[in-house]
Amino acid sequence: MTDAPHLRPDIDAVLRVRDLVVDFPMKKGQRVHAVSGVSFDVARGETLGIVGESGCGKSTTGRAIMQMPRPTSGSVEFESAEMTALGRSDLREARTRVQMIFQDPISSLNPRRRVRDSVLDPLDIWQRGTDEERSDRVDAILEEVGIDPARAHDSRPHQFSGGQCQRIAIARALVLDPTLIICDEPVSALDVSVQAQVLNLLEDLKAAHGLTMIFIAHDLAVVKNVSDRVAVMYLGRLCEIADPDRLYARPAHPYTRVLLDSVPVPDPALGRATTGISGEPPSPIAPPSGCRFHPRCPAADERCRVEVPEMTEIEPGHHVACHHPLVTQVAISS
Amino acid sequence: MSGLQTDGRVEQGRLLTVENLSTTFATERGPVRAVDQVSLSLDRGQALGIVGESGSGKTVLSRSIMGLLPSTARREGSIRFGDHELLGSGAVDMSKLWGREMSMVFQNPMVSLNPVMRIGEQIAEPLRIHLGMSRRDARATTVRLLRDVRIPEPERRVDQYPHELSGGMRQRVMIAITLACGPTLLFADEPTTALDVTVQAQILDLIAEQREERNMSVVLVTHDLGVVAGHTDVIAVMYGGRLVEVAPTAVLFADMRMPYTEALLQSIPRLDQPSHTRLTAIPGRPPDLLDPPRGCAFAPRCAFARDRCREEAPTLTPADNPEHRFACWYPVGSAEYLETRERIASGLTIGGRS
Repeated sequence: MTDAPHLRPDIDAVLRVRDLVVDFPMKKGQRVHAVSGVSFDVARGETLGIVGESGCGKSTTGRAIMQMPRPTSGSVEFESAEMTALGRSDLREARTRVQMIFQDPISSLNPRRRVRDSVLDPLDIWQRGTDEERSDRVDAILEEVGIDPARAHDSRPHQFSGGQCQRIAIARALVLDPTLIICDEPVSALDVSVQAQVLNLLEDLKAAHGLTMIFIAHDLAVVKNVSDRVAVMYLGRLCEIADPDRLYARPAHPYTRVLLDSVPVPDPALGRATTGISGEPPSPIAPPSGCRFHPRCPAADERCRVEVPEMTEIEPGHHVACHHPLVTQVAISS
Repeated sequence: MSGLQTDGRVEQGRLLTVENLSTTFATERGPVRAVDQVSLSLDRGQALGIVGESGSGKTVLSRSIMGLLPSTARREGSIRFGDHELLGSGAVDMSKLWGREMSMVFQNPMVSLNPVMRIGEQIAEPLRIHLGMSRRDARATTVRLLRDVRIPEPERRVDQYPHELSGGMRQRVMIAITLACGPTLLFADEPTTALDVTVQAQILDLIAEQREERNMSVVLVTHDLGVVAGHTDVIAVMYGGRLVEVAPTAVLFADMRMPYTEALLQSIPRLDQPSHTRLTAIPGRPPDLLDPPRGCAFAPRCAFARDRCREEAPTLTPADNPEHRFACWYPVGSAEYLETRERIASGLTIGGRS
């Protein structure tokens, strides 16, 4: 077990993930190392943002929490139950309390069913309350996400816009009253004007229902907006974790810095974003030794090629896995 | 490179003039006017950003200029490219212009490249067809182009297939194809939407660098105000098929007049805002072009709309700076706008309908 000083044993955690590893087998005995030893915890009522580029393992991490598929190794403790050890029926029950919202809202709804039925389904399957109570519950949740229940009763997904379909998918995720919502790129398929509506809605619902959230996205500004804590992933590993205001003001990992510098800023007075990095992430089939970012890192030296950097605290609540962090370590009294 | 040039090529000054261009599609449910009375112009070497949300007509506008539309589309108005008129009787044969004079980088390089053809052949094809190069010359030029777009080991890559390249590399190949015949006008339609943020920055820098090197004009079509802010000279904002604001980039960001442009900018989460900043969402959604609203297309979603906006569509009129045009009856900064804003701030109204 690796040392993980960024974990908070004293908090009321909804989720504790330790040393999560997800490998996918390939031809010729090769393996895709999608997630390689990731640990984090999520406090009750907190939103953890996970950012990184495609292939960094952020979506796989989210799915591994749901045990879809079960991780190769590691521990996923959700509300004190070890998800990886649960049998089929216990896992089904646990999944009612962890729900996911996906990127493409239209394809995540059944095109042949009326959308109100899609939202009602979870309640029917779990036989929650009487028929009338279920019906009232569905109408209330649809109202809450801004969808007219009468229209939802008659219409199929293609009759709604992308933003409305995402609201319906959110209603379906909420209908069983879950504890934890895992959002995987929930707004990246939406137009910017609609994106803001959905982000505001998620914040409102989180407050109203006391939800805990994991928000996975590639857009750093979106993640900052909704998160209480942000984790940066690169090629299956955690690079840095901190509260967003700290992380974005003082990124300590060279990769976080590159990500932030690459974001185009809608203000010509600030000048053009400069490309801080060349090339693209290497293949997760044969990830680089030592620090996985070393082949692209401007600060890399021999140590980075050999030794995997451990998570270290560089200021209170700000942890980085780097041998040469950009922010110098301050003395921390333990 | 003199062999690459056609006669009457515009070396400087006005390259493209679009006047009252409308593009209408015949659909089963009736005609859809995707581009409505658009006028704009572009000088050689200039970069124009066309910004809008999905359905705003930005892609149809660029394809209307390129002449890449399905047979159900009808174009009206005028498009002048150098000395050539591209519309109506006496219009120049577009195949003479494609590749040599204007070319387009598409959004999704995986779909736009032929998966069963080596990338070298795909780059060489326009060189052989449009410029009549020999196989040997075309291959040498292809390797040089791959080097220009910063593809490592071009001599080896030239014989690879698209699936052997990453998304960013494929987009570089697409750019090499479009640059092959030395066009004067490059359209880039959401060239970085499918790419990661670090690769996006590299591709935008590459287009900017090639524009400078070749004194090329670029039309960058995107939904992302962040992308156009750093990479264009002029921005045209589209909504419901119309231009609603056009201005030099710095002027637009310093002094936007159209409430839609302002609302669009405010709805984007920004890196410099603290987390949990409440976003100013635009209520509702873009207009249905089958049944467009009578007045200003943005009026149903606009917090500042009044009766006149719902009755009468505003036309594009110059601001104090004649290069800055906007289409709004009660623009940002007007007495009516300020009055409404004050009312919103004091909580007497909640703004537009949701």
